[in-house]
Amino acid sequence: MTAYDDEGIKNLLKQALPPAATDAEPARDLWPDVLHRLDAESSPTAALPRSSSRTLPWFDWALIAGLIAFAVVFPAAIPMFLYYL
Amino acid sequence: MWEPSSSVLSGSVTSSAILDRFRQGDLDAFEALFREHQRAVYGWILRIVREPAAAEDLTVESFLRMHRACARFDPGRSFGPWARRVATRLALDWLRSRPPECELDEAGAALPTAPVADPGVAAEIRLKTAQAMARLPPRLRIAAVLSLVEDQPHKEIAAALGISVTAAKLRVFRAIRLLRKDLERQGITP
Repeated sequence: MTAYDDEGIKNLLKQALPPAATDAEPARDLWPDVLHRLDAESSPTAALPRSSSRTLPWFDWALIAGLIAFAVVFPAAIPMFLYYL
Repeated sequence: MWEPSSSVLSGSVTSSAILDRFRQGDLDAFEALFREHQRAVYGWILRIVREPAAAEDLTVESFLRMHRACARFDPGRSFGPWARRVATRLALDWLRSRPPECELDEAGAALPTAPVADPGVAAEIRLKTAQAMARLPPRLRIAAVLSLVEDQPHKEIAAALGISVTAAKLRVFRAIRLLRKDLERQGITP
């Protein structure tokens, strides 16, 4: 592949995806966003989503259901589980 | 290209006292660094993701990551290249998280660009080229955009991606080869 070939691709790309303006800047001051996120991170309860218990993935619920079912069917196994916890 | 921001990103403007204080978690020092580098980081991310709203979000996220990692920052080194590396990693993750068709829908819609569009190049060819670009694996696409579209030197790309200059050149080369194949399949011979 020659440099000439690369120029062809380069020109096509520049037509398809024009280079970003060199003086581009954010439309707003982003510092308040950073501060807000820092605040949220510094208070653990605020960082947690309110419905965190409801956002557990399905396999976690399946595991919990399985454990409960196991405990109901084999109640004698509960002390053994507690011993290993 | 992009000389003013590059000079800022070289870290020459930032005093070592500010960097020391940043490393200790000082919020004022962090804000000073943010104010100094915000535009450069945003501009760099915008070049990669090509979507202003996403670039703003990723700029915020990048600075948060820098703040979290402040203790690991070496004040003897420049802040700019480190910031750029963090930003590049996040932008790459963002590219990976999006299906290519999303980018085609929104690519360049609100992007402030330099005036280069040639009316002689048919809109269809431009669209097919953009589609071919969007189909590239993100790690190749990022190298191709920065090198071929944004004219960034391989050294800068390598530093931002945390790879060697040879690896950066190789990624650009592989991107060109894949783009050429894709375009030829669509009947375009660059």
